[in-house]
Amino acid sequence: MENLITRYRNVTILVAVLFAQVLGLAVQVKRTSENQSTRLIRVWTTDAITPLERGTVLLHLGIRDLWSDYVNLRGVRRENRELKQQIQQLRIEQTRLSEDAGQARRLQALLGFKEQFISQTVAAQVIGTSGSEQSRSVYIDKGSRDGIKQDMAVITADGVVGKVLRVFATTSQVLLINDQTSGVGAILEKSRLQGVLRGTATGEVVLEKVMADEPVQSGEKVLTSGGDQIFPKGLVVGTITKVAPGSDLFMKIQVNPAVDLGRMEEVLVVTQVEEKEPDVTASGPPLRASDILAQRLPSVPDQPVAEPAKAPAAGVTLGPRPVAAVSSHAAGNAVSPSVPQLKSTSGNASPQPAKPSASQPDTAPETQAAPTTPPGEPPQ
Amino acid sequence: MPITYTSNEQIEVYRFSVPVAITIPLLALAVQAFVPRWLPFFNIFDLPLLVVIFFALARRSQVAGLLTGAVIGLLQDSLTIHPLGLYGISKTVVGYGASSLGVKLDVENAGSRFLVTLFFYVVHEFVYFLIARGLVRLSLQWSWWHELGSALANAIVAIALFALLDRFKQRT
Repeated sequence: MENLITRYRNVTILVAVLFAQVLGLAVQVKRTSENQSTRLIRVWTTDAITPLERGTVLLHLGIRDLWSDYVNLRGVRRENRELKQQIQQLRIEQTRLSEDAGQARRLQALLGFKEQFISQTVAAQVIGTSGSEQSRSVYIDKGSRDGIKQDMAVITADGVVGKVLRVFATTSQVLLINDQTSGVGAILEKSRLQGVLRGTATGEVVLEKVMADEPVQSGEKVLTSGGDQIFPKGLVVGTITKVAPGSDLFMKIQVNPAVDLGRMEEVLVVTQVEEKEPDVTASGPPLRASDILAQRLPSVPDQPVAEPAKAPAAGVTLGPRPVAAVSSHAAGNAVSPSVPQLKSTSGNASPQPAKPSASQPDTAPETQAAPTTPPGEPPQ
Repeated sequence: MPITYTSNEQIEVYRFSVPVAITIPLLALAVQAFVPRWLPFFNIFDLPLLVVIFFALARRSQVAGLLTGAVIGLLQDSLTIHPLGLYGISKTVVGYGASSLGVKLDVENAGSRFLVTLFFYVVHEFVYFLIARGLVRLSLQWSWWHELGSALANAIVAIALFALLDRFKQRT
């Protein structure tokens, strides 16, 4: 026997190493919670790899900022003008939405509903990936020291990215929504049908558990339903691109994620979500879109409209209630669930204002209508 | 194609300094994890696998080959969301196979390196697929076109990478 082992020493070692790994794999699959010993290996590897990635990302950002802030300033004035126009359009849109939101809040208060607020987020840089086609996850440069915990939602201005899977001291691993092991409670924007969003082996995102006889059309937006207790309700997940009958009772719905999951640079980790009843006591006279437009039109005389001129000042505090409520928080990075959608609109397609924007002048005095957030700050 | 049987006397066995043996695999893992952030298609490459094949072929020791494969594979596993062992087992098999081949064949030229990498990439993917499906119950799909395309891409990269890594070889 001893001779046999000596003779086939290499094969014996191979079998032993393979057997040990298969055994370890079986133990890990069997356990639901993460094994402490495997966590240690992950911590070591992450600690060894991520400083290099973090340094490269910082260097890249430094060079990019230097170039964009000090060298490449072509077209900045024009961009500034366009952005000012866009802000005006968004404010008009915001006014319209705030009336709808106010009405919804009043109804919710009557029914005793509770609203979910994203009251605190932490901004993080994506510093790396898992480097594998079968494991769709990214690493961010914030960890337990920054208040990140397991199962926190990760979003961008465009929509949902995923959830925090593992937390290390200075980094975290984020499971993307297109991984086959992920699941997000989802609801369709118009038809209000609920389902479960999952990734596939090829990295696509599909909506499952929607009955085959339901009326679902491509182009409809998919939002988070809040049912998974991880993602706050109402965040944009993606858009339906293909609807086909499935092999069983359910439909096969393909979803295009709202976020380009392969090319993210910055994300927001939702560190605190609050639930409270809508506050309708602080509401005053509503600010109408026509009031803002009337202020901005150069032909409007000053004296007779002294009374309406007060409207914007009053309306500053009358933006969408979640935004106003959230902005009162001490944390500077608080956002409301509606922010990602709003930003998404401004980023990808110009929103539809109450009146055509062509009538608006290129430059407007900044004092005409005070913004709900200070200039230079994101609309939080 | 100059893949020729070589007597044991003709085969050169190389070794690597400790810093090189540690740094190169870590660098391969870092690049593998970092580059797909900007270039998502980079995921078709498997730099840690190429490093395993290179070390196995150069050292020509089956035990060293399988242990190198196991360690690099487990480190690669620890960066993924899956249990540790998927890449570990696959790369152990590749490390053992490549070093066994290195003992018998001349794998110092670009042509043989290309073919060896092409072959072992497919072996690696097949073993990974079997374990992922059989033990971890992942619903992976096997596509010959995808695997052969990836194998081809990795084999081309291997020629350049191996030439670069040859500089770190030390004769025993």
